[in-house]
Amino acid sequence: MAIHAADFRELRLDRLSRQFGAMNALNDVSLTVRRGEFIALLGPSGCGKSTTLNCLAGLLPATGGGIFLDDRRIDNLPPEQRGFGMVFQNYALFPHMSVRKNIGFGLTMRRVSKAEIARRVADAVALVRLQGQEDKLPGQLSGGQQQRVAIARAVVVEPPLVLMDEPLSNLDAKLRLEMRAEIRRIHTTMGGTTIYVTHDQEEALSLADRIVLLRDGSVRQVGTPDELYNRPAHLDVAEFMGFRNRVPGRVAQRDGDQVIVAVENATVVAQLREDLAPGAEAVLAVRPEDLVASDDGALVATVTSTEFRGRDHTGFARMADGTELVFHSEHSAPRGSIVRLRPAPERTLVFA
Amino acid sequence: MVQRPSWLARLWVTAVWALVGFFILNLFAMIATVVLDSFASRWLGTWLPLGWTTRWYGSAWDEFQLGDVLIVTFEAVFLVVLISGLLGVPAAYALARRDFPGKRLVMLLFLLPLLIPPITYGIPMATVLYQAGFAGSLSGVVMANLVPTVPFVVLVMIPFIEQIDPRIEAAARVFGANTPRLFLHVLLPLLLPGVLAALLLVLVRTIAMFELTFLTAGPTSQTLVVALYYAVFAAGVRAVQSIDAMAVIYMATTLVWLVLALRFVNPTQIVGRAKRA
Amino acid sequence: MTALAPSLPQRLGLRMSLAARGVDTLTLLMLPAAAFLLLLFVYPFLYGLWISFQPKEGGAFANYGRFFSDPFLYDTIWSTLRLALPVTLVNLLIAVPIALRVRLMRRQRVLTTILVIPITLGTVLVAQGLLNYLGPQGWFNRTLMAAHLISSPVRLLHNYWGVFLSLLITGLPFTFLLTLSYVSGVDPALENAAATLGAGAPSRFRTILLPLLLPGLAITFCLSFVQAFSVFPSAVLLGAPSGPTRVISLAAYEAAFEQYDYGLASAIAMIMGAVQLGVVVVVLAGRGLLYRGASGGKG
Repeated sequence: MAIHAADFRELRLDRLSRQFGAMNALNDVSLTVRRGEFIALLGPSGCGKSTTLNCLAGLLPATGGGIFLDDRRIDNLPPEQRGFGMVFQNYALFPHMSVRKNIGFGLTMRRVSKAEIARRVADAVALVRLQGQEDKLPGQLSGGQQQRVAIARAVVVEPPLVLMDEPLSNLDAKLRLEMRAEIRRIHTTMGGTTIYVTHDQEEALSLADRIVLLRDGSVRQVGTPDELYNRPAHLDVAEFMGFRNRVPGRVAQRDGDQVIVAVENATVVAQLREDLAPGAEAVLAVRPEDLVASDDGALVATVTSTEFRGRDHTGFARMADGTELVFHSEHSAPRGSIVRLRPAPERTLVFA
Repeated sequence: MVQRPSWLARLWVTAVWALVGFFILNLFAMIATVVLDSFASRWLGTWLPLGWTTRWYGSAWDEFQLGDVLIVTFEAVFLVVLISGLLGVPAAYALARRDFPGKRLVMLLFLLPLLIPPITYGIPMATVLYQAGFAGSLSGVVMANLVPTVPFVVLVMIPFIEQIDPRIEAAARVFGANTPRLFLHVLLPLLLPGVLAALLLVLVRTIAMFELTFLTAGPTSQTLVVALYYAVFAAGVRAVQSIDAMAVIYMATTLVWLVLALRFVNPTQIVGRAKRA
Repeated sequence: MTALAPSLPQRLGLRMSLAARGVDTLTLLMLPAAAFLLLLFVYPFLYGLWISFQPKEGGAFANYGRFFSDPFLYDTIWSTLRLALPVTLVNLLIAVPIALRVRLMRRQRVLTTILVIPITLGTVLVAQGLLNYLGPQGWFNRTLMAAHLISSPVRLLHNYWGVFLSLLITGLPFTFLLTLSYVSGVDPALENAAATLGAGAPSRFRTILLPLLLPGLAITFCLSFVQAFSVFPSAVLLGAPSGPTRVISLAAYEAAFEQYDYGLASAIAMIMGAVQLGVVVVVLAGRGLLYRGASGGKG
């Protein structure tokens, strides 16, 4: 492929902040992105991930901190001078221009020669596999095709950085999987650097080299998908990553990161994620699939309902102190029955 | 830190706002001269009047028979509002809820009186009203004014009715409401805000409607705006302050209703729903 | 339907076939309003067309012949166009940049409310206000003289400029509010997209906003022009109604209510309508060449 990303070493966000009136939409966000990385900004709505992206693109002025491309400060540049490519949530294709004109827009603005534009547009069309659609208007394309045009338009200018703002949120489930693979393929093919905003943890896990988890305008954790999935640093990160069960307890014994936590009148072996001394109050976090019905299970609860999931059942139960639990079991547990649940020691985490 | 727009961009923004400011300044200054002059004992060749008085209001009231004019104005406006509501709302309901052959033609029929300026269709219409014996009386004025207001109500109400979920009516039917009860308990409360807004706009527009009233009014069926026109037309016969006093009374009657209307509607709706064309 | 008195099965059949096409009792609710407009809008128009071909003397086209042979009459087309076209263009040229700024504001209501005032007050009151304000002793001339921009008062009343300015004051808010509604219909993400692709503000306007706005601006132009072309009270009160601002509506009014020649008056009204229609058709024909689909997002 003839389209390659522009060269640079790293992009650095230095204590980037954005206030809307008295509200801190973004609070001292610092991050270094190396060339070639695929970074996902992940978090619930209102966490500041889109604000970060818009500040990066220059569509929203930051109110504090700086953005540096290598050693060049770029946060005072208007968007048209930053030279990043951006894929918008609703694609934002120019409705009055053909696919060809849409893709070539950035090149036209850069006063590239006509022949060069034609050549590079053809390359971009090939890259996103839209051959034969060049003369259609965006309104005549399907959602997935529009998405491809939006990507082609962003990458054809060979930007150092491609920004994507929830690009898959308007597609149906099947197309979303397909386009996910496409986005990853294009990223790899052109050797680009991508910053990708999403609220879907599965999307972030499957696409990104590194995930930045944001909450309330602050970075909560930066790490590889494996780190975020298996070793969330905080309870709220764990919750967002699918640790649905939270059981209050007290640290009984500690051996390095291995702890024994007392819950009601039983004990649970778990991994410590925050610094806690024996005797401290703690919260156990565990995924439903790591909470299995077993005769030696430490957590005793009454089943309130079950749902059939196909391969197994999801059960809902309540402990004596009122804590709600979600667990998986091979058999449907009758409502009102008592279950003993065993949290998998390696995958049960302890937070303050 | 914060993005700094170029000086050219800032100059452009400043120029645009200066233009807005200049327009509004002139507008308010123009209105202010009318108001100030109506309270001026004498105002000639100075920045401000030499003295203040309220006597022009008394003389305007007598000279222009404003009592009668106001009664005619309110009668005409009340009738126009009432009838355009009675004709327009059901029509809007039918057009919002049903698709039928020729609907586009009917919509065109309701659009044209709003798109064609009153003076263009007013002259043949006044001719017909004169020949039918209606012109020169209150009924002629009311009929003429209804021509743009009925379509106005229809076009303002159609989108309002469309955003009411028809399933609400279906639900009421399912729960056993018959047609009158459906209308009284379900439709009327839902439609009321829209009807109120549309009729207030009709009211404001009718008070200010000059051309159609002018073409169809006789000496005893002049509304305020037509009386004002004649007074300005014959300027020199009466003191300017007297005319300005009348103008202030006219402004007051219009603006009171405008302020009231703006509590319920977006200002842009006063321009009409031309965009739907 | 009852007058036809068909047999019962036939009536049922008619009702059902009507219902199948969407016509039922509810549809009939629009009949009174439609009938009213047919009677007081369509019929007078057709009647006017008919009597315009029934002159007091001469053949069927005598009224039209008279109009186009009498400079005192046919000149009104020119003097009206001379007012309406420039005013509409100026209004549009002022309204577009303002609307482009205002759409970025969160609180537009104060401004739109202020701008609705001159529309609501109407042409007659604006005329009276301008008679005070623009007069030789009015604030406008006094301010210019105090600023030493002029040495003697500018004559702005009872000539072309008086009418022009009154059309500007009542027409600009109308044009602006229409323009604003079109401008707000363009998805701001399109401009953002263009910006990230390297387009500066002038390029964004030229390549994105303007092409998307042009169809709406064409409609706005038509509606504003038609309003300006039917100028009446301000042409009489602020202009020179026997000279340069003798507009076409005045000629029609005089024919009807001073000469009581309804045939000629209707003919003039028809010519007025035809000129308006002509300009609108030309503009909309040009619009047919433009992109007219959704302008993204809200469009």
